Amino acid sequence: MTGVRRRRLLPYLLILPGGLWLVVFFGVPAIQLGATSLYDPAGSLADGYAMTWSFGNYPDALAGYWPHLGRSFGYAALATALALLLGYPLAYVLALRAGRWQNLLLVCVVAPMFTSFLVRTLAWKAILSDGGALVGLLRDLHVLGPDGRLLASPVAVVTSLTYCYLPFMVLPIYASLQRLDRRLLAAAQDLYAGPSQVLRRVMLPLSMPGVVAGTLLTFIPASGDYISAELLGTPKEYMIGNVIDSAFLVRLDYPQGAALSVLLLGAILAMVVGYVRRAGAEEVG
Amino acid sequence: MGGRFGRWMADHWPVAVAAGVLGYLLLPVVVVAGLSFNRPSSRLSYDFHEFTLDNWRDPCGSAGMCEAVVRSVQIGFVATVVSTVLGTLLAFALVRHRFRGRTVVNLLVLAPMATPEVVLGTSLLALLVAAGVPQGFWTVVVAHVMFCVSFVVVTVRARLSGMDTRLEEAALDLYASEWQAFRRVTLPLVLPGIVAAALLAFSLSFDDFVITNFNSGTTVTFPMYVWGASQRGIPPQVNVVGTAMFAVALLMLLVVRVREREPAASK
Repeated sequence: MTGVRRRRLLPYLLILPGGLWLVVFFGVPAIQLGATSLYDPAGSLADGYAMTWSFGNYPDALAGYWPHLGRSFGYAALATALALLLGYPLAYVLALRAGRWQNLLLVCVVAPMFTSFLVRTLAWKAILSDGGALVGLLRDLHVLGPDGRLLASPVAVVTSLTYCYLPFMVLPIYASLQRLDRRLLAAAQDLYAGPSQVLRRVMLPLSMPGVVAGTLLTFIPASGDYISAELLGTPKEYMIGNVIDSAFLVRLDYPQGAALSVLLLGAILAMVVGYVRRAGAEEVG
Repeated sequence: MGGRFGRWMADHWPVAVAAGVLGYLLLPVVVVAGLSFNRPSSRLSYDFHEFTLDNWRDPCGSAGMCEAVVRSVQIGFVATVVSTVLGTLLAFALVRHRFRGRTVVNLLVLAPMATPEVVLGTSLLALLVAAGVPQGFWTVVVAHVMFCVSFVVVTVRARLSGMDTRLEEAALDLYASEWQAFRRVTLPLVLPGIVAAALLAFSLSFDDFVITNFNSGTTVTFPMYVWGASQRGIPPQVNVVGTAMFAVALLMLLVVRVREREPAASK
């Protein structure tokens, strides 16, 4: 009898410490963030804030910073599209063409993630710098004007965003291509499908779960990122993360920062739900 | 000549594209390694000026950097131990047990991974300020455990769900007690997953900037140091740490891969 009771209690005992940690340090803070976003904007960090249910904080924050919010999603969408375009061929080669090089190549994809994120982003500053080889080459080829720059431009920010989250695109696609039954590809070829038809009608639909996971894992962190914009851009390229950071840490305007955080999260959730529904529907249809 | 090249490209263009993309992924690492041997012409310069071994001979020559690295290692160590234990327990519950509220727990585990870091960082800051808790070393540890737990759960769960439960049943049939079966059969089989999860947790914690930035008060971790230095000019020793981290990670990945292959080879 006690044995049965212990069995039933066991999963709850296993969950208790970790679950409690997540509730207290993730769930409760999320609720506090929502509360903070409704505080009286006239208060200050030093004197304390009064809870006045100031829903007006939202339109105010949006009126001030909608370009930043738009830019965040624009850059993130562009970076996600580029990462898909670059990542799919790499994942394909890793899963189906690498042979005995597979392990080594996988290590090459994963290893850069273990080097400091900030140090790598600063390396892009060196690569794209005005006196660097790349800018010199592009000027000689007249792609850039004689004093054209790559740094301090949207190009630099998107390049770095794409770079940072590319492994998160490659790995899920690789995993789903790895599971794919190769005989299906051979069957399509036997039935006179050209390479593009094999890709479009067989490989792409079968790797859709990986593509969906990869695009989410790229888009969500990229739209909240502000390191790339801060280190490689100018205030003209600043994203919503830069504004949230300065609201909390420089201007000490907590209600506004919290409102922007909630807006960012809400917009992402809405987009993700819409995207997953459409991708799911396509998969079934 | 052009025709042959054309035919080769038609067959192998994905390989060529993949090679280019791999180059794009590795380029910054190569640049960091190169800059670690650079004597910059001025403090704000990122161009390669002159070869030197000084940065490697005296990595702590840049004021405050080694203290920051040590602090990051301390935080990473505590956060790794706590999050690995909590996450492994959660993974066992989610894979091995059916119970009420399982979906909710699943959601609670996945949600932090689907939330941008700025939102995680600012919500914790909002709570700490509302509760009057001063920010410092321990608030950073708490924050790191929070976002590492999810990654530990996912990693351990992947290993656990691919495991053959008949092995444990066999142990129980052979009169092993439940504890013995766990200790001698289950744990050794899951261990590679737990080790991988711990390594992942440590690297996530060591590298985190955004969440730390909101919850560290005056505590300076390595990423915080790099961020501060990026405004004044980066000391070249930062690239030494970056290169050393890459080398250690590479070594660990290779060791894990080789050890994973060993039991299969001895079969």
